[in-house]
Amino acid sequence: MFEQIIFYFFAALLVLSAAMVITVRNPVFAALFLVLSFFSSAAIWLMLEAEFLAIVLVLVYVGAVMVLFLFVVMMLDINLSPLREGFARYLPVGIVVALLMVVAMGLVVRSNYFGAGHYYASVPHEAGYSNTTELGNMLYTTYLYQFEIAGAILLVAIIAAISLTLRRVKLNKAMKPEEQVAVKRKDRVRMVKMAPEKREP
Amino acid sequence: MIILSDVLTLAAILFCISVAGIFLNRKNVLILLMCIELMLLSVNMNFIAFSHFLSDIHGQVFVFFILTVAAAESAIGLAILVVLFRNRNTINVNDLGTMKG
Repeated sequence: MFEQIIFYFFAALLVLSAAMVITVRNPVFAALFLVLSFFSSAAIWLMLEAEFLAIVLVLVYVGAVMVLFLFVVMMLDINLSPLREGFARYLPVGIVVALLMVVAMGLVVRSNYFGAGHYYASVPHEAGYSNTTELGNMLYTTYLYQFEIAGAILLVAIIAAISLTLRRVKLNKAMKPEEQVAVKRKDRVRMVKMAPEKREP
Repeated sequence: MIILSDVLTLAAILFCISVAGIFLNRKNVLILLMCIELMLLSVNMNFIAFSHFLSDIHGQVFVFFILTVAAAESAIGLAILVVLFRNRNTINVNDLGTMKG
């Protein structure tokens, strides 16, 4: 019962903060509410015995990705008023679509046709169980190849992000071959008229 | 005692909120990226719920990979956004029609 109360508390917090993310005017507040929703879903993941992923969600998402979002939001000087136009016009459509989807998905996941109601008694793990060890065992044996691909994806993301946003500052002296080829003779050589000089005998 | 349908319903509500957010904020690329993050979060919650209730660790491995790809995606998306803002001085989706044929 106590567990259920905690779950419903964090679920309500998650839904409210997600609703605030999509409705607040200022993107800074949207990012901060997104942080709150990540925190509450990390709490729910802790209750579902996914401890490692809950901590990873807090560290990676709140610590890195959301800080990146906040940096970008504060770095861009956005004029907010044209971005908000059409919000009130699309609000009824958005609410109707969201409600329809909630009803449809709720009919699927809450009914007993698909057997979702049978999984309510999960046995808690014993005291020596380590979620991190289990996940590590799985990652480094069965999913080793996929793990390396994930590393490659992250490397590609790093390179792409840096190369996209790099301002090319001229710190070194580099040659430009196209300018070297296009050069004419008169750009480089200047003919000077001068009196001939004779060496003394 | 948490039951599976509760977690699945929570994930469904979260997903629908983010879909509605894409409907509402379709001018602002930043909020669109945040809505995509919320969608991925709800999908991850489904994976973790099934992993817990079926006592199967494979779901958590999938969540791990989804988190990796989502982090890469948001990093590249924000980099593209910064370059876009530097070149065009706007992030309004309506003003980004130069590639229209």
